[in-house]
Amino acid sequence: MIWNETKECMSRDELEFLQSKRLVKIVDRVYHNVEFYRKKMQELGVEPGDINGIEDLHKLPYTTKNDLRDTYPFGLFAAPQSEIVRIHASSGTTGKATVVGYTRRDLEIWSECVARALAQAGVTRDDIIQVAYGYGLFTGGLGAHGGAEKLGAMVVPMSTGNTKKLTTMMKDFGVTAIACTPSYLLHIAEVLEEAGDIPNIKLKAAVCGAEPWTDNMRKQIEQRLHINAFDIYGLSEVMGPGVACDCEYHKGLHVYEDHFLPEIIDPDTLKPMEKGETGELVFTTLTKEGLPLLRYRTKDLTSISYDKCECGRTLARISRFKGRSDDMLIIRGVNVFPSQIEAALLEMGGVTPHYMMIVDRKNNLDTLEIQVEVEERFFSDEIKDLESLTKKIAHVIQNAIGLAAKIKLVAPKTLERSMGKAVHVIDKRKLV
Amino acid sequence: MFIKQLSVFIENQEGRLEEVLDVLKQEEVSIISLSLADTSEYGLLRMITSNPEAGQKALKEKGFAAMLTDVLAVKLSHQVGKLQEVLSHVCKAGLNVEYMYALSNKDNEASIICKISNGDEAAELLKSKEVELYSQDDIMKIFC
Repeated sequence: MIWNETKECMSRDELEFLQSKRLVKIVDRVYHNVEFYRKKMQELGVEPGDINGIEDLHKLPYTTKNDLRDTYPFGLFAAPQSEIVRIHASSGTTGKATVVGYTRRDLEIWSECVARALAQAGVTRDDIIQVAYGYGLFTGGLGAHGGAEKLGAMVVPMSTGNTKKLTTMMKDFGVTAIACTPSYLLHIAEVLEEAGDIPNIKLKAAVCGAEPWTDNMRKQIEQRLHINAFDIYGLSEVMGPGVACDCEYHKGLHVYEDHFLPEIIDPDTLKPMEKGETGELVFTTLTKEGLPLLRYRTKDLTSISYDKCECGRTLARISRFKGRSDDMLIIRGVNVFPSQIEAALLEMGGVTPHYMMIVDRKNNLDTLEIQVEVEERFFSDEIKDLESLTKKIAHVIQNAIGLAAKIKLVAPKTLERSMGKAVHVIDKRKLV
Repeated sequence: MFIKQLSVFIENQEGRLEEVLDVLKQEEVSIISLSLADTSEYGLLRMITSNPEAGQKALKEKGFAAMLTDVLAVKLSHQVGKLQEVLSHVCKAGLNVEYMYALSNKDNEASIICKISNGDEAAELLKSKEVELYSQDDIMKIFC
């Protein structure tokens, strides 16, 4: 279902006209309300009058996560505190948390975008949806919640942490949709499978995000739970979940371009790239009041397609992420994305996608160990079988990443399951 | 003619073997014979127990990879060359021994547990050569 046909199926000309109008307004807003942007634009010799439409986007300065940290906590806000009605903050894995603020209108637009995403996944007001992202400072829980309420579905605000309660309610309520991270959904599938409860649930759709996942992982989730799974994308700096989401054709994630203007740049030269090329995704928020951002660098690597989709939407699509420019590992000079390991393991079959990469440096040589869980049916009482499984995994992974890795089989369910973002890499090299 | 062996995958980690044994103790499963095969990364614990099914269930519940395998328990008398004699039949038939370990029992006999490639063929072969095999019931009697 298309939630907002006027906006989601606009012609490119109309859309660009709307984007241009909004860009002019937002530039004016940040120039006059945010000292950081005024200074940056002055340094570049750009004034609001120089920006007449999206063709002038390249003249504007970039924003990075560091800029948000440097202006911690509210330095980039473009609305007075009295108008800010909500704060979220990203998990501060390095240094201080990044704080984001929303006006009432920001929250309305956020809910609108999430409602579009849920409608794209086939969720309607007749559905019962469990929101199993963390509620609180993380944007996942409340973001998905707002959109589901806007859509009119019956919302069960599960949050994370009690899988048993989640699966029980899923059965008892006849829950038909769920929003959570893909790795948590796999964990939920495991729990349901163990209890023999797959036939007892009415789930039909999942909207998963907050971490990169592969198409194979999506298919595995779909097969194990007999549902359709959709990839929702977002980041708290830009808004939260609901910046983009894929449709039933799974040919990229539709960006809600009337609110978020995407570009692809070369992360090294910072020059915009040609249409269709892969590079770093950059967003300019077009309607945000609380924390409007110009050319925010997401570090996510992808490409954009502007072709009309089979689903009828004209909104540009970003392709499934090739990883993040900052979670890419360089091991013995080879670029490795953890998602490649996951894809290789899933293609091979017989192993779960639960894995842990341990990167270390011994005698000035990088080492890569990959711990993989042995699935029950592949377990054997003979060493030679386990050894041949190890060799097979090593071979498949070497083909995938072009690098020899030491494979270590571990017992089922011993690798840590995450309720939020899955941790797949332990880098002991301390390169920074 | 086969008996059930309980096999458990054990990561080379401090305390893992003890954990396995503790699970079996809680379940009151007694071990009559065992072998521990080790590699640098993990070990395989193979056991003949008083209640392999209960042992497997309890171990699985605790998150261990545990499985039941059909193995042969061959009765041998304490005489020089007895084991060689049995193996010569196996070799002549072109079968391989995957692994083997000793089975302790109360009688004044030596016995072995072994897994031979193509178990059915091996069992038929040994019976035809009048080699005595323990049944699951015979094993249970050892615990009495």
